[in-house]
Amino acid sequence: MLGLNKNDMRLLLIVAAMVALAPIILNPFPESSAMAQFNAGYPDLMQRFVIFGIFAIGFNILFGLTGYLSFGHAAFLGAGSYAGMWMLKLLSINVIPAIIFSTFIAGLISLAIGWISLRRSGIYFSILTLAFAQMAFSLAASVLTPITGGETGLQTNLNDPRVLPSFLGGGASDGGNIPKPSLFGMEMTASFKLPVAGWEWTFNWGYYVCGVIMLVAFYVAIRVFRSPFGLMLRAVKSNQQRMSYTGLNTRPYMLACFVISGMYAGLAGGLMAAMDPQVGAERMQWTASGEVVLMTILGGIGTLIGPVLGAGLIKYFENIFSKINSSLLHEWFAFLPDGLEDFIVAIIYPFIGKGWHLTLGLMFMAVIIFLPGGLVELGQRIARRFGKGRTANATGETKPAE
Amino acid sequence: MGILEVKGVNKRFGGLQALGDVNLSVAENSVHAIIGPNGAGKSTLLNCLVGKLIPDTGSVMFDGQSVLGRSPHEINQMGISRVFQTPEIFGDLSVMENMMIPCFAKRDGSFEMKAFSPTLGEKDIVEHAEEVLVDMNMADKRNMNAASLSRGDKRRLEIGMCLAQNPRLLLLDEPTAGMARADTNNTIDLLKQIKDERDITIAIIEHDMHVVFSLAERITVLAQGTPLVEETPENIKGHPKVREAYLGEAQV
Repeated sequence: MLGLNKNDMRLLLIVAAMVALAPIILNPFPESSAMAQFNAGYPDLMQRFVIFGIFAIGFNILFGLTGYLSFGHAAFLGAGSYAGMWMLKLLSINVIPAIIFSTFIAGLISLAIGWISLRRSGIYFSILTLAFAQMAFSLAASVLTPITGGETGLQTNLNDPRVLPSFLGGGASDGGNIPKPSLFGMEMTASFKLPVAGWEWTFNWGYYVCGVIMLVAFYVAIRVFRSPFGLMLRAVKSNQQRMSYTGLNTRPYMLACFVISGMYAGLAGGLMAAMDPQVGAERMQWTASGEVVLMTILGGIGTLIGPVLGAGLIKYFENIFSKINSSLLHEWFAFLPDGLEDFIVAIIYPFIGKGWHLTLGLMFMAVIIFLPGGLVELGQRIARRFGKGRTANATGETKPAE
Repeated sequence: MGILEVKGVNKRFGGLQALGDVNLSVAENSVHAIIGPNGAGKSTLLNCLVGKLIPDTGSVMFDGQSVLGRSPHEINQMGISRVFQTPEIFGDLSVMENMMIPCFAKRDGSFEMKAFSPTLGEKDIVEHAEEVLVDMNMADKRNMNAASLSRGDKRRLEIGMCLAQNPRLLLLDEPTAGMARADTNNTIDLLKQIKDERDITIAIIEHDMHVVFSLAERITVLAQGTPLVEETPENIKGHPKVREAYLGEAQV
């Protein structure tokens, strides 16, 4: 179906079901329980899960298939965000032109950067992409202020022209207020809350827009992985010498791959702008490029579902783990004798709250050392341990960990 | 006029004259061996034929067209395939995938953007690859990872990948180097079979005299970057110059 084989189709359906049910799955704890703060099912975070999922899927097409490690993908993410913002300001508050334009602009920029960076491979390629991304960041923060808003960034405001007719999302003001990004009138922030017993589930329009786009992006990635083009990219990773002596020109393959990957990043950037219409230069900083590398490695390099899982895990940590503070810890361990309670809290404290990076770092090390295949490998091992009879296939047909 | 014509090729690396005025003519559908002691310039010559090196002077014509200044993939697309001293295959991919790649290169040229259709939907490619695997006697290994093949099988796969492109000229760079005797004999048999069954020209660089004399129809002896003699195998064995330069030590 849809040109996919049975396993891939099943994977796509599982992911689709997860995306559809995420508001429920991610809110496993009743509102009033002490664990409620581990619930991740609120719109803002769920949007981030799928947007970074798109970013990581695209990054993995480059890194997973060809082994070329780009340290500059944040440049495409940021460029996509700026491009999207300008569409929201100039053309229409409808998100469609914004995400199309952001994908297009990121494609152009990745074409230029790829053209130069792909003259080298290995560490030199990584350094070149890093240099370009840092240049883009500096330009966005200073010289290009007229376009990027410099340090204050870019927001929608009441002076924006938005020239399209109002039924297409044009018009500067929405009854005196700045209009919110929408899809043909449905605002991205619109939510529908459904209280069931002790739980409360929030179904957010913006999240589902992002979710559907992520599913399309995921589907396209599967097709690319299974295509002759994908085979050539894996050949690049395996043996470039044999490839040229087999009559294949590696450069256009690499460049096409780099541009596709950059367009995924641009799409993610455009969606970020569409969900939250403000963007600053920090979105292009090298830490953002590093983050997507971590996501891909944590999830499983070169697997289909891995990058999405990795993106989810890191964003979950960033938003949930970081919120635990010491008074909360004291509350949890209140049942222990005083001295022991303080002792345990003192040990755990560096790993939570602002220290969540420490936990992430340890986790990252553990994955690299014990699970080079990332979360996907973990899932495969668990599946094998419990002997499902079927062996999970190498592309990530596993029970998602999130 | 041979299918491959090398005329007046010189190549210098700093103070070292690697190739000095090399002339070589390889006749179509023949097996031509290039032998010579270590450092004679055999590999340099081969690299000049496939676009890895560009000679300082001279010309290299393949089927009436110059190969100089073309990149390796362009030269391959002209019909020259190369087998390396250590088998160069796609170790991370399966044997079948290894075989499909040259089939794609043959059908679609050096670049073709097919990013949305399934690889296994390309029936003619799959059939072609399958055929070559059967020819190579490797069909039962089609799902194995290429890196896990034995040395002899890697060589067999690499040769098969070259043949899948139906090249007019097959260049072999010491195809049996580092092989056990049994693997060497298998490779000789395979090459003999290829020579008998196909319209193909084979140029082979080799150290192993057993291989050379089993296969070659013409032999060029290279010493210190210059061809000494070009002869049939029978005449090479007794040739005084060759004995002096090379075979004296090898006791043929």
